[in-house]
Amino acid sequence: MTNILAFSETRLGELRRAGLETVTAARRVADATGGQVHAVLAGGPGIAQHAAKLAAHGADVVLVLEHDAFANYNPEALTAVLAARLGSGYRAAFFAASALGHDLVARVAARMKLAYASDVTEFAFSADSVAVAHPGYTNKIVQRFVLKANPALISLRAGAVLPAENAKAGAVEALAPVGDPTATRVKVTLTEKAAGGKIDLGEAPVIIAGGRGLKEAANFKLVEDLAAAFGNAAVGATRAVTDDGWRPHSDQIGQTGRLVSPDLYVACGISGAIQHLAGMRTSKTIVAINKDKEAPIFKAADYGIVGDVMDVLPALTEAVKQARAGA
Amino acid sequence: MKLAVCIKRVPDMEGRFKIAASGTGIDEAGLKYDMSDFDGYAAEVAIQITEKAGAGEVTVISLGPDVVQETLRKALSMGAHRAVQLKHDAPVSDGFAVATALAAELKDGGYDLILCGRMAVDTQNRSTGVFIAELLGLPIITAISQLSVDGGVVKARRELEGAYELIECPLPAVVTIDEGIARARYPSLKGIMAAKKKPLDVKPAQLGAITYQLEKMELPAERAAGRIVGEGKDAVPELVRLLKEEAKVL
Repeated sequence: MTNILAFSETRLGELRRAGLETVTAARRVADATGGQVHAVLAGGPGIAQHAAKLAAHGADVVLVLEHDAFANYNPEALTAVLAARLGSGYRAAFFAASALGHDLVARVAARMKLAYASDVTEFAFSADSVAVAHPGYTNKIVQRFVLKANPALISLRAGAVLPAENAKAGAVEALAPVGDPTATRVKVTLTEKAAGGKIDLGEAPVIIAGGRGLKEAANFKLVEDLAAAFGNAAVGATRAVTDDGWRPHSDQIGQTGRLVSPDLYVACGISGAIQHLAGMRTSKTIVAINKDKEAPIFKAADYGIVGDVMDVLPALTEAVKQARAGA
Repeated sequence: MKLAVCIKRVPDMEGRFKIAASGTGIDEAGLKYDMSDFDGYAAEVAIQITEKAGAGEVTVISLGPDVVQETLRKALSMGAHRAVQLKHDAPVSDGFAVATALAAELKDGGYDLILCGRMAVDTQNRSTGVFIAELLGLPIITAISQLSVDGGVVKARRELEGAYELIECPLPAVVTIDEGIARARYPSLKGIMAAKKKPLDVKPAQLGAITYQLEKMELPAERAAGRIVGEGKDAVPELVRLLKEEAKVL
């Protein structure tokens, strides 16, 4: 079989951007191999409303699993459904390399007794194998593997494939639970958005990050102001800053924190230690503002301004506001 | 409670790496080794559970060549009670093959709770814990940042991107440990002395089949050299022009 399955992640009734990335990746493979894309959309009552969006991104068929038992993530019941479905014959399945995607792809692989590829940044299909690349050694090494399992189960790093529209029929088919989906051992009893309701670092197209060059916690206001001027930006920080308690640990970008690749990364008062670069070097465009012209961040940056962030940030915030107002 | 912790010996991640001449590994010269960060947190969590209860036993298990005994001894010096080395000399890139060997050792151990790190920080595969659970027929909760065990039930919290969830399952179970629960303690001198007398068994590893083969390692591509747009706030207009017209991100 040459059909490709895409698991489209949802949370609290919303379709996540990662759910469009998996469909886009599956479409790309199916267009090369001549197969169909089957997108799986699972959630509580009302989840079917997102089927049209999956069709617009290239799903030939949308398999809708709409059931109270799937309002929260239901790992064991989803594993049963997906393993059964994939067992009916697919060439590959894409999952998001998210907290839930990592959990689910491993469960499905384990149930099917298959190896799988985790956190993949590149993939190339051939007749009986898939060549994949995924980062290792805290992102300091690119590991190239050959995955011979069939179907090839792959979790896709956020941003490795950007959502692209490529409308297909998206015929909706109901997908039934296998067995009683409430009779599971593992139960998610609550899913809740983190306080603040801000854009998540993993999903923001723009990240404004601050380091020690800001001198004190209160000056992060300048970073937040620039993020607000962009409108679609999240705020990140270096480990030095989160260890000092200026920002929560969940904001930390780098080797032991979040790994991000936004369209635009603005490093403010960040020297560019290798541990920090490991977390953001795959960003598409990097801007660095630092008063030390020898700082290593300038070697990683596309555009640099040598100067004090305290002077440059307010001017940049104003200019971005004007540029966006004029756009 | 009987607890087991699976730990992996990995190089220190602070420095830069070089690729070995084989092209399928890193140049090990001059590298320091320790247990993978998340496995260290898992060992700490397990040890704290037995310390709090004043009872129980923590077994640490590692697959690899004889040098992993050093890593196992560290876990014993932190407070684990006994250790098992599953001896296998060559590196293995297939998570299912590794989990098969670990599960064979864990199967008849009568463990109430099996802990792993959420991933090894070298291979970053994230598969071992889930595969062990499946092979043993146990429930698993992955990547947890909080844990309580009470009345035969595991309650845990998992951080998601911009959200979190609360999860529970009955014992016996497997959990994999994320940041936020505990940092691995530094062994005390007393702990180091005590560890020398604790049992460390060596057994051959019974690996599963290899279907995920590492072909090549490379360093990430260097970014093309950027340019300094200017100095101070006077450079802002030119930067904004470049972001709009060249990078097209504004």
